[in-house]
Amino acid sequence: MNFLLRIWRQPNAKLRGKLVDYEVRDISPNTSFLEMLDILNETLVTGGTEPIAFDSDCREGICGTCSLTINGEPHGPDHPGAVCELYMRKFRDGATITVEPFRVGSFPLLKDLVVDRRALDRIVQAGGFISARAGSAPEANSILIPKYDADLAMEAAACIGCGACAAACPNGSAMLFTAAKVSHLSFLPQGHPERESRVLRMVSVMDAEGFGSCTNTYECEAVCPAEISASFIAKLNREYARAAVQRGAGE
Amino acid sequence: MIGRFDAKVPPGPLAQKWRNHRDHSRLVSPNNRRKFEIIVVGSGLAGGSAAATLGELGYRVKCFCFQDSARRAHSIAAQGGINAAKNYQNDGDSVYRLFHDTIKGGDFRSREANVYRLAETSNNIIDQCVAQGVPFAREYGGLLANRSFGGAQVSRTFYARGQTGQQLLLGCYQALCRQIAAGTVQMFPQTEMLDLVIVEGHAKGIVTRSLCSGKIERHAADAVVLATGGYGNVFYLSTNARGCNVTATYRAFKRGALFANPAFTQIHPTCIPVGGEYQSKLTLMSESLRNDGRVWVPKRKEDRNKAPGEIPETDRDYYLERKYPSYGNLSPRDISSRAAKEVCDEGRGVGPGGRGVYLDFADAIKRLGEHTIRERYGNLFEVYEKITGEDAYKVPMRIYPAVHYTMGGLWVDYDLMSNVPGLFVIGEANFSDHGANRLGASALMQGLVDGYFVLPNTLPNYLAGQMGKRPSPDSPEFRESEKDVRARIEKLLNVKGTRSVDSFHRELGLLLWDKCGMSRHEKGLREALKKIPELREQFWHEVRVPGDGDDFNQSLERAGRVADFLEFAELMCIDALERDESCGAHFREEHQTPEGEALRNDENHAAVFAWEFQGDGKPPILHREPLNFETVHLTQRSYK
Repeated sequence: MNFLLRIWRQPNAKLRGKLVDYEVRDISPNTSFLEMLDILNETLVTGGTEPIAFDSDCREGICGTCSLTINGEPHGPDHPGAVCELYMRKFRDGATITVEPFRVGSFPLLKDLVVDRRALDRIVQAGGFISARAGSAPEANSILIPKYDADLAMEAAACIGCGACAAACPNGSAMLFTAAKVSHLSFLPQGHPERESRVLRMVSVMDAEGFGSCTNTYECEAVCPAEISASFIAKLNREYARAAVQRGAGE
Repeated sequence: MIGRFDAKVPPGPLAQKWRNHRDHSRLVSPNNRRKFEIIVVGSGLAGGSAAATLGELGYRVKCFCFQDSARRAHSIAAQGGINAAKNYQNDGDSVYRLFHDTIKGGDFRSREANVYRLAETSNNIIDQCVAQGVPFAREYGGLLANRSFGGAQVSRTFYARGQTGQQLLLGCYQALCRQIAAGTVQMFPQTEMLDLVIVEGHAKGIVTRSLCSGKIERHAADAVVLATGGYGNVFYLSTNARGCNVTATYRAFKRGALFANPAFTQIHPTCIPVGGEYQSKLTLMSESLRNDGRVWVPKRKEDRNKAPGEIPETDRDYYLERKYPSYGNLSPRDISSRAAKEVCDEGRGVGPGGRGVYLDFADAIKRLGEHTIRERYGNLFEVYEKITGEDAYKVPMRIYPAVHYTMGGLWVDYDLMSNVPGLFVIGEANFSDHGANRLGASALMQGLVDGYFVLPNTLPNYLAGQMGKRPSPDSPEFRESEKDVRARIEKLLNVKGTRSVDSFHRELGLLLWDKCGMSRHEKGLREALKKIPELREQFWHEVRVPGDGDDFNQSLERAGRVADFLEFAELMCIDALERDESCGAHFREEHQTPEGEALRNDENHAAVFAWEFQGDGKPPILHREPLNFETVHLTQRSYK
């Protein structure tokens, strides 16, 4: 298969970027999208030019490192799945494909298609944990958790932290990311002692990092490789309201 | 040699060793802990749990990872589960049984005392992870669920769907985040360790490079902990993430740390086969598929390009069922892998390149209905279809073995300290617990046991004598090391050849897979030992690394790692040659039973092979740590 690629090149955050055209030829339909970029990079390197910088690591959709916007869609057209799980057979032969980084104000660009997503780490650092010292844990089966709650917690916990939700959102909101972590921990009894402070702190850091608010466009859910449901955002809002009222009442 | 080559296994009966050792180890008092700085390299299950726990205890911790976030370490990709001897199923499990299964699974090439401690501590891990909010699978009554796994007759595996590694890692990442917020841990993402600094015979710091800015930095500490994972990517294609590398442990080796059993690499039998020359990684398909799938290839090689449906039953060779009638398709990992290689070597392999065998679900679908198969394996069939474009409900899957895990690693004593005082090595990066073959669901267990419970209890034993001995990062040893690091980067950038880094890596991988992969023999290893230095020579003359050193430069990152793989590969082959026996995953064709099983040589080789670096171009020196089995009885494995 042959493709015309229009790829975002930008040496660093200070210099201006632009889309550059590249032709790739004789690509097998069983090549993954990232392998197609590897092939292009190989020809760039042997030709003496700098290869295109892009992020990837596990290449099986679980580490959350890859972060490309393809024809305007974070992770490309094959949902649900990360861009490392996208194969060229999903495209028409001869297609023109535009490749850009995740575009979110809170993810500063590092180079070409690579962005800095440390803002997401800072949201978790604000309270996305249960304080449990190694050595102090009670016997595991002393905490009974109904299967339904455990399954729901697992659904929220499946988030891979890629940031596609924020990249897809017209408001650049990281509500789905934050909601997934708040929901995961508040569905479980172990998460209850820190329930209020957790949601208040995480939301406040999320806002401080410059992420937008949710206006229910559901673009986040549509592109999420881990199929995190937007209903967790409603859960986040309820948790926040509950905590804010309690805090307001002086509890 | 720097330091001492002494396992320091505590005296006393096996079951009391760990308790006795803790009772008599030295401690660091709470108000003194903040005076110690600890470097942890790696943020996976071992490194992340160690950094979080040491931070919580009050030490000042610096944690480094090459990923952009600690949450992306490769532990995240583990699927199956984590073992623990809880005996929740009342099916006869015990600490002793988990210990015995692990020793036997490792084909009697691991240290009894370490493995017993691993089994003993496994239960604390489940408690700890539940307390952190890891959403393990549960039964309707709210109790934890278990499943069974290869190499055991009990159900002792805890799991969170097919994403156990992800959930355990997120638990430990969150604990780490809490310490970062508390200020006890300082996190350095996108920062790669490029050298270990040894001052007066003790590991006292590292030199790093920022992958974003290219900045080289010197970090001094009171102790250095390496938790940098395995070296499976030396084969280029493996189930490891693209970034996994040997650089940190190999740099430590070059500074004097012993490297143990580098030839012990595990090959997983059920992966999706290689599809083309530019394939960048191999994807694992859960071993559970072999419960219902039947493995076969055509009897005649002329049939190998026919569609599977056109090959009648009588022309198919269900070779696992034929060769191992009692275990059949469920034969252990190493046996199944070698059998697949054998039929492909005979020219009967299927799919592109002829390196694949069928895993056929037609009989199971006929027997149980497509619905049941979909319920059991639906997500795996989806992954398979995404990658290959084929519907495994209609045509058989194609599978082939792939490199998955490395049992070898830096040599450590009972305290998980290497021969270099102050250098601790945990998780897959050390050699300690899995012998010559790792059992399923044991890697996660080892990483967390090391990080949460072993290291925090053994590190003070070293630190107690080190108060006030942390050198300045401006001391001559650090400057010297930084100079070396800079010189190497310059050298890589100045080759200015015409070949890409990946092209060398691919060539090395093919060579090793052929000569030092699933099975090895003396002639092949000697050939590899001749070719590797030639390839390395070519690399240093022909590689092209575009861009410069003080910038975001992914080609440079990879070039440094591949340069180390090109040296490390030689060590691996030397070890494989020296270990003149077969054991576990190390299969020397010269040594097999008439049934084709691994034939150990306990008299001469019941030992850990630990290698000491002697300088570039000089052969390393072998040190042997004899393995004394006081509790278990050595037996020959048989799966007929």
